[in-house]
Amino acid sequence: MQKLKKKLNGLRRSPRSIVVVLFAGLIVVGSGYTAVSAAVSPDRQTNYSADQVEYGKKLFLSNCASCHGKNAEGTANGPSLIGVGAASVDFQVSTGRMPGAASGPQLQVKPVQFTEEEITAMAAFVASLGVGPSIPDEAYLQANGNPTKGGELFRINCAMCHNAAGAGGALTEGKFAPSLDHSSPKVIYEAMVTGPQNMPVFNDANISPEEKNDIITYLVYLRNSASVGGEELGGLGPVAEGLVAWFGLLGIIIAITIWLGAKSN
Amino acid sequence: MSNATAKQKKNGFLAGTANYVDERLGVAGVLKEFGRKVFPDHWSFMLGEVALYSFLVLLLSGTFLTFFFQPSMTEVVYDGVYAPLKGAHMSIAYASSLDITFEVRGGLLMRQVHHWSALLFVAAAGLHMLRVFFTGAFRKPREMNWVVGFVLFILGMGAGFTGYSLPDDLLSGNGLRIIDGMIKGIPFIGVWISSLLFGGEFPGTEIVGRLYSLHIMLIPALILVFLAIHLVMLVLHKHTHYSGAGRKDTNVVGYPLMPVYVAKAGGFFFIVFGVIMLISSFFTINPIWNYGGYDPSPVSAGTQPDWYIGWLDGALRLAPTGMEFMIGDVTVSMNILIPLAVSLIFLALVAVYPFIENWITGDKREHHVLDRPRNAPVRTAIGAAGVTFYAILWAGASTDLIATQFRMSLNQVLTAMQISLIVLPIVAFIVTKRICLALQRKDREIALHGRETGRIVRLPHGEYIEVHEPLDKYDLYKLVDFKDYQPTLARPNAAGKITVRARIRAALSKFYFKDRVSPVTQAEIDEAMHHAEEIEQQVQKAIELTK
Amino acid sequence: MARNRIKRRKTKLSDKSKEVELSQATGLAVVKSDAVKDPGIEPHRIRMTDKSPKHEKNAARQVALLFTLSMLGSAFALWAYFAFPINEDLITVRENTMYLGIGITLGLLGIGIGAIHWAKTLMPDQEVAEDRHPISSPEDKRAAAIEVINLANQESGFTRRKLIRRTLYGALALFPLPGIIIFGDLGPNPGNSLRHTAWKAGTRLARDPFGTPIKASDVTIGSVYHVVPEGLVPGTEGYLEEKAKAAVLLVRVEPDKLIEKPERKNWSYQGIVAYSKICTHVGCPVALYEQHTHHLLCPCHQSTFDLVDGCKVIFGPAARPLPQLPIYVDDEGYLRAQSDFHEPVGPSFWDRSVKSE
Repeated sequence: MQKLKKKLNGLRRSPRSIVVVLFAGLIVVGSGYTAVSAAVSPDRQTNYSADQVEYGKKLFLSNCASCHGKNAEGTANGPSLIGVGAASVDFQVSTGRMPGAASGPQLQVKPVQFTEEEITAMAAFVASLGVGPSIPDEAYLQANGNPTKGGELFRINCAMCHNAAGAGGALTEGKFAPSLDHSSPKVIYEAMVTGPQNMPVFNDANISPEEKNDIITYLVYLRNSASVGGEELGGLGPVAEGLVAWFGLLGIIIAITIWLGAKSN
Repeated sequence: MSNATAKQKKNGFLAGTANYVDERLGVAGVLKEFGRKVFPDHWSFMLGEVALYSFLVLLLSGTFLTFFFQPSMTEVVYDGVYAPLKGAHMSIAYASSLDITFEVRGGLLMRQVHHWSALLFVAAAGLHMLRVFFTGAFRKPREMNWVVGFVLFILGMGAGFTGYSLPDDLLSGNGLRIIDGMIKGIPFIGVWISSLLFGGEFPGTEIVGRLYSLHIMLIPALILVFLAIHLVMLVLHKHTHYSGAGRKDTNVVGYPLMPVYVAKAGGFFFIVFGVIMLISSFFTINPIWNYGGYDPSPVSAGTQPDWYIGWLDGALRLAPTGMEFMIGDVTVSMNILIPLAVSLIFLALVAVYPFIENWITGDKREHHVLDRPRNAPVRTAIGAAGVTFYAILWAGASTDLIATQFRMSLNQVLTAMQISLIVLPIVAFIVTKRICLALQRKDREIALHGRETGRIVRLPHGEYIEVHEPLDKYDLYKLVDFKDYQPTLARPNAAGKITVRARIRAALSKFYFKDRVSPVTQAEIDEAMHHAEEIEQQVQKAIELTK
Repeated sequence: MARNRIKRRKTKLSDKSKEVELSQATGLAVVKSDAVKDPGIEPHRIRMTDKSPKHEKNAARQVALLFTLSMLGSAFALWAYFAFPINEDLITVRENTMYLGIGITLGLLGIGIGAIHWAKTLMPDQEVAEDRHPISSPEDKRAAAIEVINLANQESGFTRRKLIRRTLYGALALFPLPGIIIFGDLGPNPGNSLRHTAWKAGTRLARDPFGTPIKASDVTIGSVYHVVPEGLVPGTEGYLEEKAKAAVLLVRVEPDKLIEKPERKNWSYQGIVAYSKICTHVGCPVALYEQHTHHLLCPCHQSTFDLVDGCKVIFGPAARPLPQLPIYVDDEGYLRAQSDFHEPVGPSFWDRSVKSE
């Protein structure tokens, strides 16, 4: 017993004990901070490894630097990526918008060119460049929120561009807000929080993560619910209905009137 | 007396009933008069019937809806089955519309039947008007019936607009907002009218109830009145018929009312109703649950009115930027007043066209034989220009959808339409007139020389000719039986003065009739036949030689 | 002015070789004397069902089959109404609607197609001609009608008695007017209602629709907030009416991008600006914000406003810029309005620029 006490005392006073104390302190403060900040910004991704950042940098240099600059500082062809966050990269690359193709008013969705691993690596690299929105926490992508609140928020913040049923809509000069029918909850969340291209930013202070989940819940409900009235005509409203009325309804009836007036055999 | 009773018993129930009714209402005469009335049978004559029958469907489906819809704007919290609106604040009108959709069996079906037949009603009425226009059926004695029909078309638009605004949803509510904005822009009285209409500030709590009174009572009553006048005139004038063998301005050729027409027209009602029901079973229309209750803050991309109001919305969109000016302290909103004026002038021209054409031609005869559109080139061209004008305004209401569907710039689409609105009707006029004249010349060719058979014969002296087959006299008559007009000179009146009115009339008649193709006369046919006989002889000789 | 002489001819209804005008002027019409003669109605083509009893029987069976299909359809509809009850699962609504609709469709189309098929194949299809009578009444009836009117005129003295006639016109013109004026209480005197909104000095800017206040630090560059005055939430008195004037868009841009008039320089805060959301064209919400171009687009008629340049109109039918709401930041960091808008919001109206009392 005495020998153990002496050994511990020795350890306590050794220079290495400082390292231990510091390490312990870091763990306490770190986990305590994580626990606290989980309430404040719960979408913080777990940290990326240095390997991922390095791999991401390699991918960035060979695929992105020509437009975004070697240090992602931006060029005439592409904006700076410093501070755009991992969420931006994940959104743009996982939907195929990036790498950007020929110039036009707006980036289009194209076939995705990178694997998930590669996308994560590039996201890690960009996240390392500056603080920005991170990839959302799974908890807010479950579509288990309040669809009524989600619907209200959607109609006020989103429907004017994306249409009340999420069918998409026109912006000026050839730009457009795309249809949301095939967007995953993660992509929807990331779009809201990063504000890609001309879409405004809906940060977590404006629409909280729970509210974003509500919006996602609403959209997923729309997508999955039975169409009670029948064929939905693309959710485009009275224009589509008018075309069907003229060419479908009236067309069929005129065909019948021609049969009606024709002489029988 | 006993003899009569005995006779009834012999002939059975039908005769007995007829006798009962006749002894009290004296209807035998009516039955005799109308029972065998002749109605011409052409498919293009049925468009008015389509409108009539879809109106009946509207009455039937609408009555059903009135038992469930509540036109109140009192705010309520939704507690029905549609999950994304549970707990949302909305008006009772919207909530009852949701209940009809999701909780009444057949409710959604009837809502869809009602809305689809509303679209069909106005479309059929519009197409019917176009048929009447392009065949000249509005000429004497039917000018007043044209005006009655025009009023029906406007009432149909009004019924539709008031109707789709009743559920108080976001889409139609924004439509009301636009109407309110336009009303506020009316000089002097605009703000007052807006306050009277909405019972105070927009949106207020009165408008749905008021539109309901208009929609289920006043407008249908007016439609029924004008419809009755329309049909009475139709019976009085008898229906028109296309030109052809045996058809004159002094007779009507077709089938008797009973039994053929009753069967066909009666059956047609079931067809129209059935097709509407078919579409309503399989195609969603006006999905109000997606829009939410009306709120002045949200709005959906792709906010358009129903198609028949589209041309008015397009007129608003096509107005150039910044058309507003001040006179002293007051604001004159030309960006609203000019689209309004253009629309009203267009409608006025449509309403009075028969009288204009009547004045120009001075033709006071009754017309019961219809024109083929090609035989009235300028009228047809004017119609084409009018349709083009209307269509561009209509397309102008969907600039944003055109932009997204065809990947174009919204701004370029709009600018293109602004230019088209001025240019395309003129182009349409010129092209249509030329096509009509060309078709008339073609008809002339065929009438005189017959149809090309494709048989080529080489005559002995080396000439190649194509054998033509002359038309039989029935087909021939169809091609040559049309009215021909010539331009007039301005003549001095009794006082020896050529009035401005006379000059205008002369100028217009020249515009109408200076380019014309006259119908083939018998003398021309005789000459052509003679010539054809000569050629036929040569052909026969040539065939003989090859044997 | 000279009109073409009215050719008065006796109306003849019999089918003569010469085209008969019905006692009216022909105007500019060219009436040719040697027009091609009318060959009379085409001879009737006999249908198969007229010639062949087998075809006739077939046609009759087809008609009966169609009517039977109709009966089956209607019966199916009756059954479907009960067989497909509806509950919270939306698919039940779809099924009930569709099957009920299919049944009714068959019920209707069966009758319609059957009746028409019957008429076309089995009823006589010989075209007949019926004479038309001229619409205008014969001379003697016209004369008699004029007599009746003249007699009524004489006996009442309508034309003769000028005083009675004119005062009658006056009375008839005026009596409907009260019927119009009683609609006066359809709505109140609009007064100054269009010149004031719910914004007052110090009102906090709050999120639409839940009403939570907004801090300046929450509004990052590229953000757009849809704003209502604090306290204006669903359930409050006049909620929609106030919102229809008070809805505001709150946006933050890079401060150096803002082009501000000198008198408005203190209306914004470090690049945060607030503008009325109600379009100055006809009142739709101008809700589309393009983050990079700083353009606001109204979805109804595509009026476009430049946010960094006082929201002036750069495209579309609007004529006036959106009114700006002057804002400031309070001690706690919340955004507040300095005052109401300095001009009426929304669509133009006649006396908009007249200074209010």
